[in-house]
Amino acid sequence: MTVADPTAVGNDAAHRAAAHLVADLPPAPAVWCSALRKRYGSRPAVDDVSLEVGRGEVVGLLGPNGAGKTTVIKMLLGLVHPDAGEVMLLGRPAADPAARARVGYLPELFRYQPWLSAAEVLTLHVRLSGVGVPAREQRDCLSLVGLAERAGDRVGGFSKGMQQRLGLAVALVARPELVILDEPTSALDPLGRADVRDIVLELKSRDVAVLLNSHLIGEVERVCDRVVMLDRGRVAAEGTLLELLGQREVRLQLTDLSPAAEARLAATGDVEQAGDWFTVALPAADDRTAVPDLVRDLVALGARVYAVEPARISLEDRLLGILREGSVSRSGGDR
Amino acid sequence: MTTARTVLTIAALTLREASRRRVLLALAVLTVLLLALSGWGFSRLAAESTLTSGETRLAASQILNLVMFGFSLIAALGTAFLAGPTLSGETESGIALSVLARPIRRSAFLLGKWLGLVVFGSGFVVLAGLAQCLIVRWTVDYWPPQPAAALALLAAQTIVLLTLSLLLSTVISPMASGVVAVGLFGATWVAGVVGGIGEALGNDGVARVGTVSRMLLPTDGLWRGAMHAFQDPSVFTSFGEEMAGFPFLSEAPLTATYLAWAALWVAMVWGVAAASFLRKDM
Repeated sequence: MTVADPTAVGNDAAHRAAAHLVADLPPAPAVWCSALRKRYGSRPAVDDVSLEVGRGEVVGLLGPNGAGKTTVIKMLLGLVHPDAGEVMLLGRPAADPAARARVGYLPELFRYQPWLSAAEVLTLHVRLSGVGVPAREQRDCLSLVGLAERAGDRVGGFSKGMQQRLGLAVALVARPELVILDEPTSALDPLGRADVRDIVLELKSRDVAVLLNSHLIGEVERVCDRVVMLDRGRVAAEGTLLELLGQREVRLQLTDLSPAAEARLAATGDVEQAGDWFTVALPAADDRTAVPDLVRDLVALGARVYAVEPARISLEDRLLGILREGSVSRSGGDR
Repeated sequence: MTTARTVLTIAALTLREASRRRVLLALAVLTVLLLALSGWGFSRLAAESTLTSGETRLAASQILNLVMFGFSLIAALGTAFLAGPTLSGETESGIALSVLARPIRRSAFLLGKWLGLVVFGSGFVVLAGLAQCLIVRWTVDYWPPQPAAALALLAAQTIVLLTLSLLLSTVISPMASGVVAVGLFGATWVAGVVGGIGEALGNDGVARVGTVSRMLLPTDGLWRGAMHAFQDPSVFTSFGEEMAGFPFLSEAPLTATYLAWAALWVAMVWGVAAASFLRKDM
């Protein structure tokens, strides 16, 4: 008995230390999946896709038609069974339905019970999610997507755009910590698209993670922290916008360029000239002094500076570049 | 607890769908029509015939069974065509996507759908059947020997068919599942009649057709049990051989073994439906 007590105390201390250690760990990512694979017949739809969405992070999923974006999303949500791979949602294995308790989802194919009213659809989803959301909060959710006036109307009479707005409300109503939006603006007018952008940014400000699949690259570029590009079922590229778009450039309109000034331009980085427009690649390790220093030196060397424009490779150009590279290397490999 | 809540929520949703989609209204109109027609027919039978009381009971038994067959047909068509769209229609249209992405088990979703359809189909059959029994009592003063058992068996027949169409709707399109379920229902009934004729003629091979079909799909077996509970028990003692093989009279009550088989059949088919639905990619 006297021997047993000290070990018990020791165990207790170890448990507490372990509990502290676990409590101090950062929260598990909102989405974590590893080596997902899915075949439809002999055609691989998704091949070895791994991705992660951190808490409060907005991640864009990009890629051409048939790249496997929707299949990946459906595998995350347990709607499609992966042939291989693992999925964790908000720190729980996705095989457990409870992992989806705080997940909101707007499917690409958005349809809701046409015989229910918009408000009843939300009530149904709140009940299924097991989260107690008061009626007032549900109404607020409908007004957020601009459907407050139509709360009592049957969904069967809604236009496609209104159904997509309702889908957005369904995704947001059960106080999600992760929202998965699959082509959320496909049926929306420009005003609706702006609304979606605001909603995503608002979610981000509340630390809600968002996985956004969209064809509209501009939309992704404006709201996403990180981008994952899929091509033919594989991750073709991923990273933050800065990492992906990386290289920055500056465009200058110059005249009266002396050889010394030309040398100064060339010393900064690769130069391309079109008439009196010069595009200069900036060094990767630029601490934001390269452009003012360059302009100061050019002026000192007698050049006349008419315009200085920061330039950036657009996400669209980068995406097209990656996809073309992929198809070139594939056709090379086929031979 | 959460699974129970899911099942009840989906069951209530299915019932609401039935009422909002006017299925309830259509059924009510058909039922009232059939009740009114049969009520008129029975009252004429009582007023104009010169039959003995025994013959009247025989006629009432037969006609009651005939009308009940009409109800079971309406229930079969109604639930089969409701079960198809409600499951495969929802997965095809995309309605199921956002629902199944909620923290619910697919088996709970399927059980909820099934429960809603069971309440709907059995509720209809029991209410309409009871109304019919009351009309017969009122017009020709005939009351079936075991009305509760008869109505329960009619409800069981509906449950068998809707479970089958639920299974079909997990593998084929909504319309095809309704057509196949109703087709099988009709085929089993015809096989039952053929088997009855075989028995009356003493031809074992033909009689076996009915026995086998009643095992494969218990709708006809349950229906015969229900008929037996509706009809006057003296029919066969007073008319005997001449009524053998008649499709709207049943010679023997159901055995407990057959009832157990029907329950097992429903459980097995539901299990297969659940397995198929669980593996389905949405």
